[in-house]
Amino acid sequence: MNNLILNSSTVGVVISILGYEIGLFLKSKYKNALLNPLLISIAFVMIFILIFHIDYDSYNESAKYLSYLLTPATVCLAIPLYQQLELLKQNFLAVFAGIIAGVLTSLGSVFILSMIFQLSHEEYVTLLPKSITTAIGMGISEELGGIVNITVAVIIITGVLGNVMAESICKLFKIKTAIAKGVAIGSSAHAVGTAKAMEMGEIEGAMSSLAIVVSGLCTTIGASVFANLR
Amino acid sequence: MKYLRQFGIILAVTCIGELFKYFIELPIPSSIYGLVLMLTLLKTGLIKVERVKDTGVFLIDIMPLMFIPAGVGLLLSWKQLKNMLLPVCVITIITTILVMIVSGKVTDYMIKRRKPNE
Repeated sequence: MNNLILNSSTVGVVISILGYEIGLFLKSKYKNALLNPLLISIAFVMIFILIFHIDYDSYNESAKYLSYLLTPATVCLAIPLYQQLELLKQNFLAVFAGIIAGVLTSLGSVFILSMIFQLSHEEYVTLLPKSITTAIGMGISEELGGIVNITVAVIIITGVLGNVMAESICKLFKIKTAIAKGVAIGSSAHAVGTAKAMEMGEIEGAMSSLAIVVSGLCTTIGASVFANLR
Repeated sequence: MKYLRQFGIILAVTCIGELFKYFIELPIPSSIYGLVLMLTLLKTGLIKVERVKDTGVFLIDIMPLMFIPAGVGLLLSWKQLKNMLLPVCVITIITTILVMIVSGKVTDYMIKRRKPNE
């Protein structure tokens, strides 16, 4: 089975799309926030490759083409942002205040919780960049002496969690405007969350895209300050 | 041909983003340089939005799928992760929810303060 998969240049992509389709079907059928297509497709592929004893590398041999598209897709986030530029100008201060508040909350809460759990410095700086986009987060973790693999894992878990919970949190805590929803999602759950914000609406998507960039850059500076605290 | 040309433009901008990344020694990924560059090109009118829009919207539309391989990759870091599973889970859940609430609420508050009569 492993060899068969290894010799195919499409099977990883096909399994991933199949998982996503199953997720979309379940979501439309049961309308439960936990039935998130991304979450279901990840679980589906995990179960699939575990059952058939397929190595992750064999799966990724073809699935990597999906990841390949991530950089150009992120560049394309400039398009909805461009279309909402006027709205951004009008709400410049509110948007930036929201993002900065998010960055400080992320760093601050990791700091306080690390104290409570008595994590080592290494573990603490591993978690510091958890809310921002993977590539920046990896760089920060490496620079501060964290465990990069765990940083990546935590960033992905954060994104998926944000993607799953975004709609419920906005509803439950009465985050009203589309702008605020976008800022909230992008600041807390980077690009994975932004995928959900895009589904919610154009303004949400655009603000979420902006929040990825700004919070990523601010965290680069903020994390180096917070790293000295513990 | 339309889609291919649009994809070509998007990849070209991405590629210049990669050059930035190569020459500037900061922990900033090429995608962020590319995003800012694309926004600048659109804003200055050097690229008309119609020239990238269709393919761009398609790529954004299928973006969730692009996170599946990385998500499945969690299987590989499981061994390292399980040593600090409890703190990681608690911290991840609390922080993610907290950041979402605070940044959303602050933005909402600031927007409301600016237009108090709405």
